[in-house]
Amino acid sequence: MNYSTAEIWVIIVLMGIGTYLIRFSFLGPLGRWQMPPWALRLLRYTPVAVLPGLVAPLVLWPAATEGVPDPARMLAAGTTLLVGYFTKNVVASILSGAGVLYLLSYFLG
Amino acid sequence: MVESSTRSTFWRGFWAGMPFTLAVSPFGLAFGVLATEAGLNLIEVMSMSVLVIAGAAQFTALSQMQENAPVIVVLIAALAVNLRMAMYSASLAPYLGPAPFWKRAVAAYILVDNSYAVGVAEFEKKPEMPIAKKMAFFIGCAIPVWFVWYIATFAGALLGKSIPAEYSLDFVVPLAFLAILAPMLKTLAHIAAALTSIIVALTLSFLPYSLGLLIAAALAMAVGAEIERRSGLVKS
Repeated sequence: MNYSTAEIWVIIVLMGIGTYLIRFSFLGPLGRWQMPPWALRLLRYTPVAVLPGLVAPLVLWPAATEGVPDPARMLAAGTTLLVGYFTKNVVASILSGAGVLYLLSYFLG
Repeated sequence: MVESSTRSTFWRGFWAGMPFTLAVSPFGLAFGVLATEAGLNLIEVMSMSVLVIAGAAQFTALSQMQENAPVIVVLIAALAVNLRMAMYSASLAPYLGPAPFWKRAVAAYILVDNSYAVGVAEFEKKPEMPIAKKMAFFIGCAIPVWFVWYIATFAGALLGKSIPAEYSLDFVVPLAFLAILAPMLKTLAHIAAALTSIIVALTLSFLPYSLGLLIAAALAMAVGAEIERRSGLVKS
């Protein structure tokens, strides 16, 4: 990470203000405005639209291996995704993925 | 009499929100540890958790910062993840809209995934509840998660200083994302949006400043919404 202290604070404060304004929008100033159904539909997909694209390169080209694909990390990610999908248990899915990663890196060197 | 029943509604909300602390505390802890390992100091880590209170967005900002993305890209990516909260806000407005301005301003601050889910379920079940009780319930159900988020981040930040870098903790960030993501893949539309996002983001990964991610997210939202619209048409 290579930011000046001022840049870090700009990120923190503007993220805070921006997030608050998003949350307050319809509870506050936009309260009388009805969001059209197509906008609600689009917003419903923001997390599943942003997060996978964000994670995919981190899994395929991990920074720790300087971008070289690593089977252990891919299997760990797959394990977390599957356990999370079927159990919906956050702790179980992270721990099982991390367990796979540590076991494989131990055996594969 | 009225006062005491408003108070009991508050506590009912409080206990309804309590189970979510189990899900939230590992994220807060992980955020504190990883943000500290990434180089943020205690005050910066805590300020982010206090001002933002949104795990997915905080992890997004952190991963963009680890890539040294420009400030504006960090902000756009993190706020894009939080856009879903505009939908929460719109969906709570019919219930909480009649409350005084300052109470709505407070409610907005603690509007997170968990308080939204618990609150809206309660209001749909009991739309006749008076506004003061609705607000009491909502604040009550948000409080456990809200405080646990601060405490867990703080504990994580302290812990982060004592964990050596060679434990490949870097990979906990993608795992945390995947653990948030997996339960969201509820319908075909969600899965299609996720796949679109992955394919476009990887294809456009040569673009600078994470522009590929922003394009991927916009296309994926459109794909999800369009599939939902079409499947809705089939049903009706």
